[in-house]
Amino acid sequence: MDSSEAVFQGLKKAGIDFVVSLPCVNLGKIIEMVDCDEEITHVPVTREEEGFGICAGAYLGGKKTAILMQNSGLGNSVNVLASLYKLYQLPILMVMSHRGTEGEFMSAQIPMGKATPGVLDTLEIAYFLPKTPEDAYKALSEAWLLSKMGGSPVAMLLEIGFW
Amino acid sequence: MKRVDAIKRISEQLEDELVICNIGFPSRELYAVKDSLTHFYMLGSMGMASSIGLGLALAQERKVVALDGDGSLLMNLGSLVTIYNQDPKNFILILLDNECYGSTGSQCTYASTVDLSQIAEAVGFKNIFSFKVDLDLTEVLKAEGPIFVHVKVEPGNADVPVINMEPEKIKERFMENLK
Repeated sequence: MDSSEAVFQGLKKAGIDFVVSLPCVNLGKIIEMVDCDEEITHVPVTREEEGFGICAGAYLGGKKTAILMQNSGLGNSVNVLASLYKLYQLPILMVMSHRGTEGEFMSAQIPMGKATPGVLDTLEIAYFLPKTPEDAYKALSEAWLLSKMGGSPVAMLLEIGFW
Repeated sequence: MKRVDAIKRISEQLEDELVICNIGFPSRELYAVKDSLTHFYMLGSMGMASSIGLGLALAQERKVVALDGDGSLLMNLGSLVTIYNQDPKNFILILLDNECYGSTGSQCTYASTVDLSQIAEAVGFKNIFSFKVDLDLTEVLKAEGPIFVHVKVEPGNADVPVINMEPEKIKERFMENLK
């Protein structure tokens, strides 16, 4: 199982049926798989914050939700995570390509890459750091369960080395 | 027309539609004029009303009405593009446009110089309704979504209390009613 296939199958096993996405080079294959899956409603969005809003509504309507995003978009989403998700105790699985980590070729990605774990910690959003496709596959179901039970977003940080 | 009167007129004409109401005074005004299990009151996340409404409309079949404001919509204009592309037949976006940030002291927004329905039209919305005086939703409720309803209202807030319900309670009763 390659890394993209593992994440996609992990989402399926977790029962995720509503996904919003913004692209990252590392997420390309997963986004295609999600888009082709008939059981998943896939909504490409214009900005991560908007995606979180859409998923909040979809959750209210009974869906199991996830966002596919690059970690840079976490910066666009701090308020919605705090004053919508944390406030109302809403779950969502945040599948994040974590750029700016070891092996990054683009210096512009480094500041937000470094800031990402701290931003999640500040928001009290738990995150998993799977290192292999198998880890990710397993962790996604656990992460959704934790998110649902805990009434909070849970993130999956997928570093450059993961891909 | 005062915003609270517009909200009152709207709530009188809705039946079992699901309502997502914008943060601040709009939610307080709706809660004061008519509370319902079909209402979700936003207490934070300015700009997200149209997005929450879109997600809810895509997730289930009942008709969804999002009450948004001009300042909020300007904060999330990309939402119009996503709504148009997702094309939810069961979604009505009502823009209560007072040309100002009403909940923070009525500072002007750019809605006084830019017509937000023209933006919706340029994006591709087919069903656009505008109201300045009589807010009769009969035709709106018959039309196919996504629908953009532009209501010009006066600046100013009604003297209404804060919502005395915990956020989790707002969520739980809304979801319970949807089951």
